[in-house]
Formats: sequence, structure tokens, C-alpha cells
Amino acid sequence: MKKLTKIKDLQMRANVIREDLITALTAAKSGHSGGPLGMADIFTALYFNVLKHNPKQPNWEGRDRLVLSNGHICPVLYATMANAGYFPKEELLTLRKLGTRLQGHPHRASLPGLETTSGPLGSGLSQAIGMAYGLRLDKKKNIVWCLCSDGEQNEGNHWEAVLFAAKNKLDHLIAITDRNYIQIDGSTEKIMPLESLEQKYKAFNWKVMVIDGNNMAEIIRALKSAQKNKGRPLMIIANTVPGKGVSYMEGDYRWHGNPPGTLITERSPAKEKQTEIALEQLHKKEAKERGDWYLKHKKLKPIHSDL
Amino acid sequence: MNLQINKQMHLDFARDKIPTRNGYGDALVELGKNNNKIMVLCADLKESTRVQKFAELFPERYVEMGVAEQNLVTVAAGLAAVGKIPFASSYAVFCPGRCWEQIRTTICYNDRNVKIIGAHAGISVGPDGATHQMLEDLAIMRALPNMIVIVPCDYEQTKKATAAIAAYPGPAYMRFAREKTEQMTTAITPFNIGKMQIFKDGSDIALIGTGPLVYECLKAAEALQSKNIKAMVVNCHTIKPLDCGTLLAVAKKCKKVITVEEAQITGGLGGAVAEFLVENYSIPMKRLGVKDRFGESGEPEELLKKFGLNSDDIVKEALKICKC
Repeated sequence: MKKLTKIKDLQMRANVIREDLITALTAAKSGHSGGPLGMADIFTALYFNVLKHNPKQPNWEGRDRLVLSNGHICPVLYATMANAGYFPKEELLTLRKLGTRLQGHPHRASLPGLETTSGPLGSGLSQAIGMAYGLRLDKKKNIVWCLCSDGEQNEGNHWEAVLFAAKNKLDHLIAITDRNYIQIDGSTEKIMPLESLEQKYKAFNWKVMVIDGNNMAEIIRALKSAQKNKGRPLMIIANTVPGKGVSYMEGDYRWHGNPPGTLITERSPAKEKQTEIALEQLHKKEAKERGDWYLKHKKLKPIHSDL
Repeated sequence: MNLQINKQMHLDFARDKIPTRNGYGDALVELGKNNNKIMVLCADLKESTRVQKFAELFPERYVEMGVAEQNLVTVAAGLAAVGKIPFASSYAVFCPGRCWEQIRTTICYNDRNVKIIGAHAGISVGPDGATHQMLEDLAIMRALPNMIVIVPCDYEQTKKATAAIAAYPGPAYMRFAREKTEQMTTAITPFNIGKMQIFKDGSDIALIGTGPLVYECLKAAEALQSKNIKAMVVNCHTIKPLDCGTLLAVAKKCKKVITVEEAQITGGLGGAVAEFLVENYSIPMKRLGVKDRFGESGEPEELLKKFGLNSDDIVKEALKICKC
């Protein structure tokens, strides 16, 4: 597929994806908001610039593999895939509904383009490792990307995988941690402290990069340099803001597992106003450039404007 | 053995005992030579799960996982994703015991061609005691959609079962025992996944066993013969999918059934047979196995006696049912 090379285009696309996932979650009436909004920039960078993939041929042998370990943030995966052309955007409105290909947590066999089934936490890195190990045996150059959350690193399975990847020097395995400091019940540092995450990976013999996961230029720089990684597995710790782009959600763990319209907090508008305000805020962001950009990319408008 | 044995099964009892797990190791070597997609992963139990030879011959395709069973099966899922046929080997208590959810999500629901191998299953593990005697594996694995469950009865059958699950395109679980056990089947005995085997015909009662305890069923049938009871002996090496057609025919012919397994009677062979019969052809039945308790240390034979699983116990139960 055609890559987006300009940072501005990627930023805009990320915002479209945010709008689409909010629309999908609103239609679903359940699902996760915080992580998907926070990770929209990284997903956009991967699918629209960095990944080797072909939405028209999801099983293309030469593709990079992208394993989503924390399956609950699938609204951003689905919205990104729809934007990239894996399936029609309208299908996002079927999220979590009976008969949908967009299961509440990703089910590989349901939707072409998914590399694995996930939801139960801590098992994605191991699967990515298995893929990387097998591809290397076959002397294939595909990169395996694994996206995981910080909260899921409470799981022992994840650290078993960390040990294994270092032992086997899987340098074509690139993991990205969504470091947003929240999990369902509160702050990661209160539930089960992870700091210093960077030092932990270094001690486990991984290379580590720490980036601002909501800064598109920094993300692109990091991912491109990751593609040339050699010698040891690489962990990119991406600091992100959960709920990014929606003022009443940003940084509040209570939006981890709730969509707009389901929760009242000190900062939130009335339930019935939440989706509208979220979309308005996302839409207003950099409104001028956005308007110009829409003129140039008419096909790319978010799905809610078609409703 | 002084019995009218089903000739089509080509059985031979006049050989030394061999552990079933050896059949797994020997089969892997053959498979490894012929198919470079075959990989073996093991969680620090190379020698006792009998994968050492494979590791020596095919070091590139042997993956040492360390003592980490959750990683064992999930890395296997990843390998299967890129076309490999991984055999994930450990003791059954640890795998599938410790990594059941990973097997459920990343292998069964994810439809990955992974073979789960549980060694040292059953109370016959002996002196290691209850922590190492897996008794619940048949129940937990049988409950998983998209999983087949195989319990070969002896060395030769383990060899054939290993090759059969390698050729079967989907998730499979196979368990075997630690100790040397009697040989019954030979190189020419047929083996088909999902097909019960009638080792000895009979018409008064069916003794349906799984794993090495099938031999105890045969011994019991011999003893019952002297009491004028013609017992049929069935080797149910595939717990799932259960061979319902053969089971129904066996039940109709014998009208009484005893199941024998080295596992909890809930959910395993006894559970599977009972579920089918109660819905389709209800007849007197007794499940022999471990009854909602843990094992303990002891010699295998002592334990089989203590848990009521040797041929004397089978005879006793058969006489009870046949009298009623």
C-alpha cells in the first residue's frame, strides 16, 4: 500500500483513527477507550509508514508480523486496519455485535490480517518470539513486531518470554510497550510497580529505547532505527497518554475499559454528550490543517460523518 | 495370556516391558528425518520426556525452553504460525497443567497446529508423589474445543500415535506414562485416531481401558473367563473424539460396561463414555479410576492396588455388575 511519509499526514490519519474508534465503541456500548486512544499514533506509524504489509493480500509471505498482545485495545487495531483498507470502515460499527468479524477481543480466524488471537494477557510476546524463531530458521527477513501493555507485564508468561528472546538473540523481534501507567484498577505503580522498566529490560539483556509514544516524528524515527536492529531483541518503551485527544479521558484509568456514554467522572460531560464532545475535540484538533487536509483526502473522512 | 484375542489386532504379549514414552522419542527421530517442519520444544526435561535423541540429531529444530511451561506452549503457537509442527513436551502436571489457558487461547481458539505432550501422567509415576502424578489432564483437555486427546496403550502404539498426530493438521494432546509397561500391540497393529480397538471379543461385559491399564483389562478378562464370563476388552486410545459408533455397538452387544483409567473418573474416559451412554443407550456401568482425591508416593504396583485399578479390582467390579 501507499505509505504516508509526511508527519502531518500521519498525525491527521491518527486522529481519524481515533474518531473512528470512538464511533465504533459508542455503537458497541462497551469496550476499551483509554489504551486505543493512546496508541493511535503508534498504530498509524506502523500501518501507514513502517510495516511491510499488503491489505489486499493479508497472507502475503513477505509481510512483517504484527502481534497485538494486549488484545483489549483492538478498537485501535480494527480502526487502523479499516483505514488501511483491510475491510470497509462501515464494518467498524459491528464491533462486539453478534456475528461480527470484529470480536470483543481479536480472533484470528474471524478477520484476515490478524496475526493472532489475544485477550488473556502476557502471551503475545511468546507467540511473536515463536514466529521470529521460526522465520529465522527459514532464513526469512520478516520483522516481527509485538505490541504489549505495561499492565500485562504483571504476568509471569511475559517475563519467561523476555528471558527466552534474550537467550536466542532474536534481533528481528521488536517489542513496543504502551507505557501509559494505568491498568483496570488504577495506576500501574500502585497495583504492581514496574519501575524501572527500562532498567529491567537492560538487566534482561535487551536493548531499550524510551520514546514519547504520542509524538509522531519521534515514533517514526524510533521505528525506522528499530528496523535496523542487530544483536539483541529490542524493547521500545513508548510513553503514551491514555485517552489521548479526549480531554475528559486523558490520564484517567477509569476509561481503561469503558466507552463514551457509560461513565460519569469529575471531568466528564453528561453521558449522552460524551461521544459528541469526544468527536468534537478530536475533530477540532489542528482544525485548520485538518480542513485543508480533508479537501485533499476526501475519501479519508471518519465514519461518523457518514452516519 | 490365555485368551481368544482379536487376530486383526496382531497383538503379541511375549516381549519385555518398555515405557510408552520411549515410543514418543523413537517416533520423533523418524519424523525428524522425514519432515523438517517437525520441531521439539522441551521445558528442561529432555531426558525424561525422551526427546534427547531428537535434540542431538536435529539441534536446530530442538528448542530448550527452560522451566517455563507457559512460554513453552505459546512459543510453540508462534512457531506453528509460521508453518512449523511443534511438539511441546513436559510432564503432564506442568503442561497442560500449568499452561491450560495459554493452550486454550493461543492454540485451540487460535487453531494452531501444536502438539502438546504430557509425560509422567497417572498414579503409576510412583515415588515422586501426588504433585507429579497428573490425573486431571484428560478432563481439562477434553473440555477444549478443537483439541483431540490421545492416550496410547504401549510403546508401539505411542510410536504410531506420535506419527498420527504429526500428520493430523490441528491441536492435539497426547499423554503417556513413566514406567515400563507391557507390550501388547506390534508394528503391524492398526492405529487410527478416533477409532476404538477391540483387543478381545466378548459378550457379557465390556472392559474399556485407556493407556497401559488396557493390559489390566486383558488380565481381568482372562480371570473372568474361568468364571464363565466373556468379557470384551476395548482399547480406547482416543478419548476425544470419542468413537461413538463403536461404543454404541459394544454397549448393545455387552449390555454392561466398566471403564478403566489412571485419571480422575470425572471428565476423563469414564466421563466421556458415561456422557455418551446416558444420552444414547443407558446400561449398567462402573467407572474405575481415581475418585476425587490426589495420588501419593509408592511403587506403581502398590499404587494401582491401593487405588483399585489392577486386574483383581476390575474382576471384582465385573462380578458385581454381572450379578445384578
